[in-house]
Order: sequence, then structure tokens, then C-alpha cells
Amino acid sequence: MGGRAIGVLAVQGDVEEHVRALERSGARAITVKSSSDLEEVAGLVVPGGESTTVMLLLERFGLVEPIVERVRAGMPFWGTCMGMIVAAHDVAGFEQKTLDLLDITVRRNAFGRQIASAEVALAIPALGAKLFPAIFIRAPWIERAGPGVEVLASHDGHGVFVRQGNAIGTSFHPELTADRRVHEYFIEMVATAV
Amino acid sequence: MNGSKNSNGAKTGTVKVKRGLAQMLKGGVIMDVVTPEQAAIAQEAGAVAVMALERIPADIRAMGGVARMSDLSLVQRIMDTVTIPVMAKVRIGHFVEAQCLEALGVDFIDESEVLTPADDKYHVDKAKFSVPFVCGARDLGEALRRVAEGAAMIRSKGEAGSGNIVEAVRHMRAIRDAIAELSVAPEEELSARARDLGAPLELVKEIARNKRLPVVLFCAGGVSTPADAALMMLLGAEGIFVGSGIFKAAAILENGVAQYDENGFPKVDPSIALRYAKAIVDATLHFEDAAAIVAASKSLAGARPMHGIDVRQLPESQMLSVRGN
Repeated sequence: MGGRAIGVLAVQGDVEEHVRALERSGARAITVKSSSDLEEVAGLVVPGGESTTVMLLLERFGLVEPIVERVRAGMPFWGTCMGMIVAAHDVAGFEQKTLDLLDITVRRNAFGRQIASAEVALAIPALGAKLFPAIFIRAPWIERAGPGVEVLASHDGHGVFVRQGNAIGTSFHPELTADRRVHEYFIEMVATAV
Repeated sequence: MNGSKNSNGAKTGTVKVKRGLAQMLKGGVIMDVVTPEQAAIAQEAGAVAVMALERIPADIRAMGGVARMSDLSLVQRIMDTVTIPVMAKVRIGHFVEAQCLEALGVDFIDESEVLTPADDKYHVDKAKFSVPFVCGARDLGEALRRVAEGAAMIRSKGEAGSGNIVEAVRHMRAIRDAIAELSVAPEEELSARARDLGAPLELVKEIARNKRLPVVLFCAGGVSTPADAALMMLLGAEGIFVGSGIFKAAAILENGVAQYDENGFPKVDPSIALRYAKAIVDATLHFEDAAAIVAASKSLAGARPMHGIDVRQLPESQMLSVRGN
């Protein structure tokens, strides 16, 4: 892919893994720490990390409004795990501020604490018949999805991969595996965005 | 246990999910806390995890005696208070303390030299556990021995509870320099290098190839100011543990003497602790931006970093970093 880079929000979390995965999938990737960095990118990935921490820091460093404005104006957005929590409409059982980019309610640590973290062979029909090696780490699931939200994959009876227009969210971490299909899916979204 | 398969086809406790949690903590600050109230302050300040323990290292040092795994009901109350991951420490080699913490459900175990070692020869066989472990290291050989035992994360040992960054700097540089050396070493030398490092050849080859540790590397031991945190990030740490630095700086003193509440916990000023904790988080995030570190440091107005110890004045018997190898 030529043209503008895809940004990876570099406040906290597994930033480098996403940058590497995007580059290996043929995209140009840069890290985003400020609103001026955000102006340089054609799509934004929010990586895995701690949602409590990252929301606090996004507010403290004035990044909430610039991100919301860009995504509402059509910039493709992908939140993985923490990134999906941050992008949700609300978080079940918590008063947690979010960016409200996806009309979903997420449940944090839904599968349990770290000892319940797991690797799962996940069916994602939109990416082909081959199962996806999904890594769930203290992962959230989707408790409620609004009418405009398409559930692309489920595990244990709950949505774990959703799309609403130009925004996607995954409970799992494609950046920790060698399977590049979700990254390629997002790169395609960026390439075809208006 | 490691790599077990559940009824829904999910494999828990794999190397990937254990190392993966450490990857999610990168760029963050992990804070030692001794009460649920301190854990809540740490979370509010933006900590990515808390280390639940009965006494911060500076107090362990001052009190002497045998330091063991913390009271499990205290660890449980801290787990019930915060939504960020909770870590707890076990004595080196004490695999039953580790089994207890795993059964309790903590998210990460620190097999730590800060506690009094239970085994002077062997560390816990960490690969057997589903819960991930972090271990301290002074150099690359020590780091790789811990990885070979199954550690999912490495931290510098530093000199815990000293308030002195010099040991952490030494350990971080030693690890970094040894990785740099391996990455340019001719292949035929790797076997001898592995012997000299006291580390498995397979891991040494992996380092030579990837020019990095196979697990996340944090700094621990002696971080007590925002500038210390930024320094360690610039020396290659992927995140920061702060043990005594925050809550020692916020300790309530009378005539220079620390005060304790009726339960024996040190009294701290919560607003100073919050400010101090936020400043360390900010400096860790913006470690490359001196202006941001100035802003973080200025926000401390009124709070003083812990007094600290010149580690050259410490007899070897009081050095914590020499425990375990």
C-alpha cells in the first residue's frame, strides 16, 4: 500500500507488535502519541493494553476529541482488546469513560482473570474457512451489539469481532500471531476509505 | 497447569498467553501497594498493574527478619478493589507459595529476591504454571536462565528499597550490552558464549537472531523520581516497576519518623501519593520529552523523593540483588 501511513496509538500497550504486523502485511505504520501525529495517518489502530490507564492518559493528553472527530469523519479505526473497550459505547458494570465509536456494550475480563487467558481456533467466516489462531488475554466480550453492528466472530456465545461502518473491534490479539488476515482486512478498509 | 485444554477448545496457560500479558503492560508503570486504598490510588494515577505486598521493600529492609509471601486475604482484598492486573511476590524457589497465588487467581507472580529466599539453589519451575511469572536479573545470563525456567517477563533487579537507581542502571546496561554483543557475534562463537553466559544455547541463538529478549524487559529496583523512570526507559526498559519510590515519598512523618496506623501499615498522604504516582506515569510515557519530565517533576511540589541509601555503604549481607542467580 502506498500513500498515507496507518497509525498505532502509542500511549501504552503492545504498540510495536502492531507496527510490525502492519509492516509485514505491506502497510506503512507509524506511532501516534499526539494530535499532530494523528493528522499524518489514514487509519488508527488502538493496541492491547490497560483500558483504565489508556483512557486516563488519552484525556490527560488531549487526544480524545481529535480521535473521535477523525473516526466520525470516516477514518478507519481498529481496537484490539483494550482498544475495543476504549471504543465501546459503554462497559458493563463500570462507570468507565469511552470514545463511543462502536455501538456495543463490552464486559471487561469477561472470560476471567489471567489464568483464563487462552488460545482459541476461531471461526471468522468473513476471512475464509481456515480457523484463526485467536489469542485472548484478560479479554473482554461483547455483551450487546446495536442494530448497525455486524458480529463477525463469536466465542463461548459472545461476540468477539465486530464491525460498524469504518470501525472494527476484536477481543483477541491478531498482532501476537503470524496469521495476518485481520491486519490485511483492516489495511483493505483503509485503502478503500473515502 | 501449563497448556491445558478446556472443554470449549481453548488452550490456557500457553507460553503465548503468558508472555502476551507482559506485552500488554509495555510502556506502563507497575506500583507496589500494601493496602486496597493504595491500590485504588495507583489505578487512578494510571498504573497498568499493582504489586500487592505487605511491606514495601524499604520497610522490609528496615525491619529485617524473614520476608515471606503476603497475607493472602490482603492480596484478595486488593484483587477485589482494582480492575487492573494484580501481581504478588513469592520467595525464590518457594513453589508452594506460587501454587497458593495461582489458586487465589493473581494475574502475575514475581519470584522475588526482595523476599527471603526459600531455596538457595533452585528457582521455581515456572513452565509448569498457568499463571505467568516475572523474575529479576542482573545480566543477560541470569535473565536467560529465568526464561529457560519459564519466566514470561524479566525485570532488572536493581537494589530494591534503596531509592538509588545505580544498580538498575548497571543491570539494564549489562543486559543491553550483552544482547548487542551477541547480535554481532560470529555463529561459531555462540556455543562458547552460551557456556560463558550460563544460558541455554537455543536461547542464545534466538537472541543473536532477534537482537532482543524473547520476553518483555522492565526496570525495577531504585526508581524514585520521574527522571529516574525516564532514564530507565531511555536505557531500554519497556516499562517500570516502582516499589518504595511512591509511597515512601508520600509517607507521613513526625519528627522524621514514619507513622503507622493501628493495623501496622505506614500512614501516607493520599493526595501526595496520587500526584507522585501520576508524575512517574507521565514521565514513563513521555520519556523522550524533557519538557514533559520537567512538567511531571514540577507537579510534585511539596513532595520529596525518599531519602535513599548509598549502596556502596551496604554490606553484602544487606544487598537484596545478590539473592538468586
